[in-house]
Amino acid sequence: MLLIACPWCGERDETEYHYGGQAHVAHPADPHALSDAEWGAYLFVRDNPKGEFAERWMHAAGCRRWFNVVRHTVTHDISAVYPAGQPRPVPPSDEHSEVTA
Amino acid sequence: MTVDGFALAHLRRSPLGHLADRLAAAEATGPGGVRLREIPFLAQLNLRLDPAGPAAARAAEALGAPLPTLAGSVVATADLRVLWLGPDEWLVVGADGAAPTIEHALRRALGDEPGSVVDVSANRTTLELSGPSARSVLEQGCSLDLHPRAFGPGRCAQTTVAKVQLVLDQIDAEPSYRLLVRGSFAQYLADWLLDATGE
Ligand SMILES: [Zn+2]
Repeated sequence: MLLIACPWCGERDETEYHYGGQAHVAHPADPHALSDAEWGAYLFVRDNPKGEFAERWMHAAGCRRWFNVVRHTVTHDISAVYPAGQPRPVPPSDEHSEVTA
Repeated sequence: MTVDGFALAHLRRSPLGHLADRLAAAEATGPGGVRLREIPFLAQLNLRLDPAGPAAARAAEALGAPLPTLAGSVVATADLRVLWLGPDEWLVVGADGAAPTIEHALRRALGDEPGSVVDVSANRTTLELSGPSARSVLEQGCSLDLHPRAFGPGRCAQTTVAKVQLVLDQIDAEPSYRLLVRGSFAQYLADWLLDATGE
C-alpha cells in the first residue's frame, strides 16, 4: 500500500485517496476551434511514462481536497506532493546536477 | 423540536438508540477499562468560507473562538467544538437542539461573502469511546498514529476506522474520543467496536 502525504493532513494510507489521472492537462481555451481529433486527444490521450509521472489525487476519506503527486510508475517512489494549481516542481536532479549527490 | 407547533422530539430515533443497553453492558472498569456510548442528536453545522476573508473574523466572533487554521485541530468553547475539516471548511458541533441558533449566527457572520452554512446534524451520530484502553481499541481498525506524541486532545481527523469513513475528535487525555459516523454506518461501527473492546 502506498503512503501518500496529503499537503494538509499528512501521511495517510492509499485507500483514503481517489486517483485522478495525469495532472496539468489544461482545458482548451476555445474548444470550438478544435478538430474532432484534437478534442479526442484532449479528452482521452494521456502520457504513459516509465518513470516519474505528475498525477492528481484526492483525499476522499479525509479533507476531500485535490492535489498533485509526482510518482515513479515503476518504483512507486513519490518525489513531490504539491497543491493543485501549482506548477510541477523542478526535480533536484535537473538543477545543479553536478553539485548535488 | 417543533414543526408547525407539533412536538416531535419524542418521535426521534437515533441510529444506535436500540443498542444503548449493549453499549452500556460492554463497559469494562479498571486500568484496562473502556466505555462506549452514543451521544445522539448533536448539532452539527458545516461551515465553508475564506479563512482570510472578513467573514472568518465575524464567524470567530459569533462562535466565541477563532476558526482553527491548523490542519486537524479543534477549537473548543464552553458550548461548541469547532473541527478543522479542510483549509476552508469546518464542522461546528454543539448540543442537541442548538443547530438553529448556531446556523443563524453563522449565516449572519457569512453575510454576502462566498461560502456556505449547512445544518448536517442528521448526517452523523456520535459514538464516544473512552477509558484507559480506548486508544488500543481504536488502533485495531485505524492506521493513524494515535500515540500522544502525534495525536491528543484538541486534534481531529477525517479518516477510516474499520473501513468506515468518520470524523475522529479526541476530547481529553484519558483518552476519550468522539467518532462522528454516518447513520447508515453506525450499527456496523458499533458492532465492530463492541467486538474490539472484547479483544
Ligand atoms: Zn487531506
